[in-house]
Amino acid sequence: METRELTCIGCPLGCLLKVETDQGQVHKVTGNTCKRGETYARKEVVNPTRIVTSSVLVEGGNQRVVSVKTREDIPKEKIFEVIEALRGVKVQAPVHIGDVVVSNAADTGVDVVATRNVLN
Amino acid sequence: MLNFDIVIVGGGPAGLAAAIAAKENGAASILVLERDQELGGILNQCIHNGFGLHTFQEELTGPEYAARYIERLQKAGISYKLNTMVMDISAKKVVTAMNRTEGILQIHARAVILAMGCRERSRGALNIPGFRPAGVYSAGTAQRLVNMEGYLPGRRVVILGSGDIGLIMARRMTLEGAKVQVVAELLPYSGGLKRNIVQCLDDFGIPLKLSHTVVEIHGRKRVEGVTIAQVDENRKPVPGTETYYDCDTLLLSCGLIPENELSKELGVEINPLTSGPKVNESFQTSVPGVFACGNVLHVHDLVDFVSREAEAAGKHAALYVKNQTEHDNSADIPIAAEQGVRYTVPNTVNLKRMDEEHTLRFRVGDVYKNCYVAVYLDEKRIYHRKKQILAPGEMEEIVLKKEELAAVPDLTKITVKLEEA
Repeated sequence: METRELTCIGCPLGCLLKVETDQGQVHKVTGNTCKRGETYARKEVVNPTRIVTSSVLVEGGNQRVVSVKTREDIPKEKIFEVIEALRGVKVQAPVHIGDVVVSNAADTGVDVVATRNVLN
Repeated sequence: MLNFDIVIVGGGPAGLAAAIAAKENGAASILVLERDQELGGILNQCIHNGFGLHTFQEELTGPEYAARYIERLQKAGISYKLNTMVMDISAKKVVTAMNRTEGILQIHARAVILAMGCRERSRGALNIPGFRPAGVYSAGTAQRLVNMEGYLPGRRVVILGSGDIGLIMARRMTLEGAKVQVVAELLPYSGGLKRNIVQCLDDFGIPLKLSHTVVEIHGRKRVEGVTIAQVDENRKPVPGTETYYDCDTLLLSCGLIPENELSKELGVEINPLTSGPKVNESFQTSVPGVFACGNVLHVHDLVDFVSREAEAAGKHAALYVKNQTEHDNSADIPIAAEQGVRYTVPNTVNLKRMDEEHTLRFRVGDVYKNCYVAVYLDEKRIYHRKKQILAPGEMEEIVLKKEELAAVPDLTKITVKLEEA
């Protein structure tokens, strides 16, 4: 049996949640004031994910960099690997919103795509 | 002199949404003036996600949210000028602006919408003692350098203030390889969203020190370190609690101030609590035909609410130029903010101009737990809702119904306040 403490992000109350787990299974969530706290705790303990946003260099564009994101959320522990996969990446202008900048970033199965247009 | 029905000062989220709504409500000619080289305002540097959950039911990044509105503006054929700075707005609604290709321009407008946004509180306004070395940036300046210009402003970072931009930049600088050592917050609570504290600080093990402030910046040419101390209940540093942090960069995220120089010159009445114009239910200021929306009116947490507010301002500006607005303000009903409610927007309502429903927005002055938000029409309480928590960092909303207001004969005052459980 393991216990983890989390701060709920559901509202400004920020309940301090205690999550008891056993072999990756959530047993009990305490400290929450509403249902959202339990839902958040279960997801956050078993499978925490994040959308990663960053920027990469552009060549030949009217901007030096273009902002990017993972098209979907990726496992939280992969954040730095995805950022590493973006290091040194240069794209050629023009770039459009949704263009794939790095496919299958850090073997997450998720593409990193541009989030703004950079024209020549 | 150029002539337009509506001139909008600022092409950020407020200006864009106001322009589109004004066009949809029948304004024939609209001009948006933007001082930057592109439309979108601050959204362009907010490359993180979380925008548009209310508007588009999906999580977009700032530039993506802006792009959707820019596309709609262009499809609607609305005119705009970039790299154009507005210098003055006269009482006769002549807008004086300048840019490098056309020089000085004078534009006569039948209505003006103020959408200039806000700016960050600077080191000067915070009175932090010490020399003036390089390496002290507002969080937003650092955000622009990293996200739009491709420069990392420092490697070892301390952040003062736990506003959302500071929290977002703690994560951003960390991902770019900088070491963010601590975030210090003067108040006993953070002004930032819980989600940002968890996902920008906790995820990366960055400590948040509440009731702490920077008491000295070290270094003459470049920041070499800062001293942080605990503060007492009067926000005064407690001697003996000083800690030295070795760093090359200090970011400031200590609040936003609506940018109302043009409004003040024009004679628009300002609410000292918001530093933004006083407005009626149509978002019209004390100067007839001049409207305000977005962060120039009051600082928002979510862009979605800026868009909603700006759409209402744009619509009412269009009705004004079509002469469909009631001009008699004698029946305006004042809205009072009392007992914990710091301010409301709008400041007055007039039943002749009011839509069937009107969203009133307000902020509280402190953290309150288990209290009730109450609305009184004169002495009669019409709204009483329990809130587990209210915090200054989260804007609140109440929907006022015209029907309910009209049901009270000779209504003289609407009061919004907090009540004990």
